[in-house]
Amino acid sequence: MNFDFSDDQKQLRDQARKFLAEKCSPKAVRIVLDGKAPYDKELWKGLAEMGFLGVAIPEEFGGAGAGHLELCVIAEEMGRAIAPVPFSSTVYLAAEALLIAGSEAQKKKWLPAIASGDAIGTLALFEGKGNPAPKNVKLTAANGVLNGAKKPVADGAIADFAVVAARTGSSGRDGDISLFLVDLKAGGVEVKGLTNLDPTRGQAEITFKDCKAEPLGAAGEGWSILTQVLDRAAVLCAFEQVGGADRALEMGRDYALDRIAFGRQIGSFQAIKHMLADMYVSATLARSNSYYGAWALSTNAAELPEAAAAARISATQAFQHCAKNNIQVHGGMGFTWEFDCHMYYRRANAMALGLGSLTYWEDQLIDRMRKKNAA
Amino acid sequence: MNFDDTPQEAEFRAAARAWIAANAPKQYEDELRKSSLGRTVLKNADILEVAKAWQKKKADAGWACLHWPKEYGGRGASPIERVIWQQEEGPFGQLSRVFIIGHGMCGPTMMAFAREEHKRSYLPPLASGEKVWCQLFSEPAGGSDVAGLRTRAEKDGDDWVINGQKIWTSGAHYSDYGILLTRTDPTVPKHKGLTMFFLDMKSEGVEVRPIKQASGASDFNEVYFTNVRIPDHQRLGEVGDGWNVSLTTLMNERSAIGAAVSTGFPELFEYCSGLMLDDGPAIEDRAVRSKLANWAVKASGLKYTSMRAISALSRGERPGPENSIGKLVAGSMIQDVATYALDLQGATGVVSGEDAELAGRFQAMLLRAPGTRVEGGTDEIMRNIIAERVLGLPGDIRVDKDVPFNKIPTRGRG
Repeated sequence: MNFDFSDDQKQLRDQARKFLAEKCSPKAVRIVLDGKAPYDKELWKGLAEMGFLGVAIPEEFGGAGAGHLELCVIAEEMGRAIAPVPFSSTVYLAAEALLIAGSEAQKKKWLPAIASGDAIGTLALFEGKGNPAPKNVKLTAANGVLNGAKKPVADGAIADFAVVAARTGSSGRDGDISLFLVDLKAGGVEVKGLTNLDPTRGQAEITFKDCKAEPLGAAGEGWSILTQVLDRAAVLCAFEQVGGADRALEMGRDYALDRIAFGRQIGSFQAIKHMLADMYVSATLARSNSYYGAWALSTNAAELPEAAAAARISATQAFQHCAKNNIQVHGGMGFTWEFDCHMYYRRANAMALGLGSLTYWEDQLIDRMRKKNAA
Repeated sequence: MNFDDTPQEAEFRAAARAWIAANAPKQYEDELRKSSLGRTVLKNADILEVAKAWQKKKADAGWACLHWPKEYGGRGASPIERVIWQQEEGPFGQLSRVFIIGHGMCGPTMMAFAREEHKRSYLPPLASGEKVWCQLFSEPAGGSDVAGLRTRAEKDGDDWVINGQKIWTSGAHYSDYGILLTRTDPTVPKHKGLTMFFLDMKSEGVEVRPIKQASGASDFNEVYFTNVRIPDHQRLGEVGDGWNVSLTTLMNERSAIGAAVSTGFPELFEYCSGLMLDDGPAIEDRAVRSKLANWAVKASGLKYTSMRAISALSRGERPGPENSIGKLVAGSMIQDVATYALDLQGATGVVSGEDAELAGRFQAMLLRAPGTRVEGGTDEIMRNIIAERVLGLPGDIRVDKDVPFNKIPTRGRG
């Protein structure tokens, strides 16, 4: 049994960590946090040069043709560094949707551009409150023309193209939904940036008015494709969350070792030690669940839906838990803008919602476990 | 990344599986499969006899204490082979429970510190289950603070004379031998005045009294020592070095990898899958689903954490510290799971025993659960271990560290 990443994959992780430590320091993240840039363009370019953007994109489409396990280890490092770039939207959502459902021409047009850092993509799914569900898709598509609005769309204000979920039927079934590919730089699109919990990653409202769009995948297959895309993204995001959780835990641990109060290191008080031990427990459970998700993703196993939901829940909980208790360990200083703790807290809570809430994924997990047991 | 055996592992697994299929006491399989609550009971047979017979059979065929050297009754197998054996033994592994302390703690301690002739004479019958061993560390005055123990050992000629009391000794009532941690010098700080021995539990002056637990059952004992004589050649390690010797023992207790920990989750999921609530099936209830999902990811997280450790063994590496979370997570989880299962039953949840839902399975789980959070290291000690050994945080400031043992206060109030 080798339920672990290979030496090569671990080496790639080290390489990514080193690269990000250099190019994506908290100081660099703050440039985006403070609104001085919409995202870190230099970093994005660097990620393309390192081959990270196209690591799971086949060589024939300009990628490195490595695979999802390689993408998982990079994702972990992106989360650790809370990189202020549209990585998850472009690589986990848009590229994966193209890989699953794109035509040869669509893949040829967009995948090489993603790998080279020339195109930012995203998924436009949500329309206000509510979780991923066909009934929540109101935006319509008729004769290749979209009408409606999406909100929030991650990285919507900087994206070049979007995969858009649209209603093409009214039977009340999953088959009512189809996916479309929209060039956001063409006409019929209005984009409005939204303030959000985590300013290091933008959110936008996109309104489509008689906007021309080309179908992505077969008509009526939209929901089934989306489900696959969300499962894959759940695993990949889980690795980002695991990376973030680990970093938040380390920050708390380091501060507990440095900070003296009542004449001793605060890390010698059991109240602090036990809080940090519990954070380690959450982070470890999340990592193990995520590894299982990575295995299922990389082997395209029948277990993927269940594994993805478990990884999603576990990693969401761990990142939220570690990020909030990191602030607690830091005390008052943890609540200042100056300390980095809040950047992890913001990212953790934003990520907890991005692919649908915890409640949604809990529901999914139980459905999928029942399905497996029934089979 | 894969879950596949290497060719050697596959070969070993096939051999183990074939032998188990041909030799295991299958008449008890169902009962053993259902006993996941820290206690194994067989309706129509004496569990100790069944366990001893199975262990002897394994030993005769070379399947006992796989990781021990052959000359001491083992197989000289690798750590990964031991894990594969556990996986294949499945429910029949429940029968090894009476030997866990002996095989997991006493044996390794003997191997590290006993004289060669003692190893050769005592270890093989321990491996084969013909002799059962217990571990005598905890005392009324020293639970988590084991080094605070007060049982005295005083030199008298070539013997040591033991007086004192131990508590929480699993299986003392059916044990043949035990390893015993004593205080040989009360005038030095507590960790420095300890010495370890092994002894015959049938020695004159040893008295075993069962403890009636909060659950009503009796799995543990108090053991009293009145002028018990132990020859000096049964000393393990140097005089005054007992603390270091005991660390070897305790390290082995906490390093059992691949051993399945009970969380209660599979039982709860199965229960909820068939349960009707007032307004519909439990499994379709929003609140129930949320609870189940949260426990599901803990259970799967533990499972895959264990897989990661096993993978390290398979590569011939030492597993990382991840496995230290198992007992901490599972202990409080089983308690919460049991509490929730009864909540779902409503007022009738109060009924326990044969007349209860599922013959009182969750009620029994609830009553046993507090013990799982204490035995083998309390939740708090486990958190200290993670904080100190994994995260590198400082140890507690120990006010009694440099104080002679006999000057340490013994009562908190007057």
